Amino acid sequence: MAHTDNEPVEFSSETMSKMKELIASYPEGKHKSALIRILHLVQTEKGWVSTPSMNKVAEILKIQPIEVYEVATFYTMFHLEPVGKYVFEVCHTGPCMLVGSDNIIEYIENKLNIKIGETTTDGLFTLKTAECLGGCGYGPLLQCKYKFHEHLTKERVDELIEKYRSGKYDQN
Amino acid sequence: MKYRKLLLENVHIPGIDTFDVYRKNGGYRSVEKALKSMTPDEVVEEVKKSGLRGRGGAGFPTGMKWSFLAKPEGVPRHLVCNADESEPGTFKDRYLMEKNPHLLIEGMITSSFALGANLSFIYIRGEFMYVLHILEKAISEAYANGFLGKNILGSGFDLDLCVAPGGGAYICGEETALLESLEGKRGNPRMKPPFPAVKGLWGCPTVVNNVESIAAVVPIVNEGGDAYAQIGLGRSTGTKLISASGNLVRPGVYEIEMGVSVEEFIYGDDYCRGIANDKKLKACIPGGSSVPILPHYLVTKTAAGEDRLMTYESLSDGGFATGSMLGSGGFIVFDEDQCIVRNTWNFARFYAHESCGQCSPCREGTGWMEKVLHRLEHGHGNMRDITLLEEINKKIEGNTICPLGDAAAWPVAAAIRHFRDEFEWHVNEREQSQKRNYGLITQPSVAV
Ligand SMILES: Cc1cc2nc3c(=O)[nH]c(=O)nc-3n(C[C@H](O)[C@H](O)[C@H](O)COP(=O)(O)O)c2cc1C
Ligand code: SF4
Ligand code: FES
Repeated sequence: MAHTDNEPVEFSSETMSKMKELIASYPEGKHKSALIRILHLVQTEKGWVSTPSMNKVAEILKIQPIEVYEVATFYTMFHLEPVGKYVFEVCHTGPCMLVGSDNIIEYIENKLNIKIGETTTDGLFTLKTAECLGGCGYGPLLQCKYKFHEHLTKERVDELIEKYRSGKYDQN
Repeated sequence: MKYRKLLLENVHIPGIDTFDVYRKNGGYRSVEKALKSMTPDEVVEEVKKSGLRGRGGAGFPTGMKWSFLAKPEGVPRHLVCNADESEPGTFKDRYLMEKNPHLLIEGMITSSFALGANLSFIYIRGEFMYVLHILEKAISEAYANGFLGKNILGSGFDLDLCVAPGGGAYICGEETALLESLEGKRGNPRMKPPFPAVKGLWGCPTVVNNVESIAAVVPIVNEGGDAYAQIGLGRSTGTKLISASGNLVRPGVYEIEMGVSVEEFIYGDDYCRGIANDKKLKACIPGGSSVPILPHYLVTKTAAGEDRLMTYESLSDGGFATGSMLGSGGFIVFDEDQCIVRNTWNFARFYAHESCGQCSPCREGTGWMEKVLHRLEHGHGNMRDITLLEEINKKIEGNTICPLGDAAAWPVAAAIRHFRDEFEWHVNEREQSQKRNYGLITQPSVAV
């Protein structure tokens, strides 16, 4: 497995400088406040948040590794296991359900031939459900790499998967 | 017909999200006015006069909250904007921040001045990362133009403003959980007292306000608290952003003047234009998933037969027996094809998922309710389950550290109160209930 606990981890110089900038933006001694945003940076670079990554973050923030684990495990946006290149998080809460999110989830499952929580064999897509994503009037919707895809229909889903497959969303 | 817009008036102007266009259209006037011609207490006084009530859900008067802020000598104070927006049905803050970011920045500066805060934060849910970037761009423009930083407009007032993301947790909308999260910890709500006004961020006196509340400070300072109080109806002053979702012809974010009738809001041409696909209205949750659901016959009229209006008072008319709440303005509409049991189960799952787990009545109770509702919805329940739900409710209510427990319990109680027939039908007609929808309930002939 990719996530053995002793594999050393390095972050890119870009990520490292962003982390330093963030830490510096908090008052003396309050740098732990940067933790959640730093975990987002880690996930953006690595795709998920591994234990070695968390240990490295603890080192950078000069806090105990447990303080990082506590936070990373509490917040649902952090993937603590390897995931596909693109994670589709489909909202399945009330307002989205009213406008057909169940059908969209089923459609994606069939289309990608995976169940919720699984990753396609080519490692490209992981399907997850999410609780209300704050776009209830534009449902059904999903989020992938912080991007919202709203007003989903079967056709829109087909199109979306095509675009991700061909790397059209990788630029920005 | 009521058209008055204060927060979204300029959102259709191209480039309004840039400093220059925003400024040309009258932006940052409230900062100039407050810093150059008012004392902090005078700003607080205007907010009190405006009658503004917190837009995050609880409706607590903002001016009063501000006047509770402790001001010990030599201790920094903070203003924290709650942009967590995770109450199902609510998506107004995202719209405001995305379209009109400088309005929030302006409100933060004017409000921080009023509170004597020199370091303020906007805490935004992690899923809104793209909005965080929009806000950061607006903030850097405000710095570049001398509206943030040291000695703003030569007034001697300094302010730094930062945006911090969450990581996906509904509970971080609760103000003390938010503060924990902002300190880089798990979002576990704190015991109150002490309230944030005394011990908040890093133990310092802190005010937490919703995005919309802070944005509303801008027109209040510009036009005066009295002028603001003229808008709206009675103690529901000003305008309110309503997030409309569900089975509507035109869901979306609307700025309404308080006092518009619910009938007009659902069916009017200026608003949602009725129920989608020519269906009938079955039910409505007017204030986000945490408030009681109303059956169709109590949506546009109160139990007394009066028009239901979009105000704090009218939506809660009848108490929990026949009313609901304005809450965060998350207006969720159900058409006749929707299953109330399924929806109640869906929200119960949400709360079970989002409970932080600190107190057992909430942690265990939400999980239990989810299980019981799951079996009712899937045709494995019995009559005893309905009473069981009511009992679990009573065990959660009032026995928890934060209001999430109540927020989970009350909607279940309301669903059973108004739609008991439909719950019973899921028990008595198991097979039928799996195949088709119960349909509309009929209005009880006796007065409720
Ligand atoms: C479980 C829970 C979730 C909440 N979520 C939010 C939220 O997403 N946004 C918000 O502004 N207030 C939320 N609140 C209310 C806040 O605790 C707080 O009352 C509010 O931010 C105060 O701002 P206001 O006075 O301007 O309304 C929530 C409360 C609870 C108990
Ligand atoms: S009521 Fe629920 S969410 Fe609130 S503190 Fe207790 S367990 Fe956590
Ligand atoms: S319910 Fe899906 S975004 Fe709110």
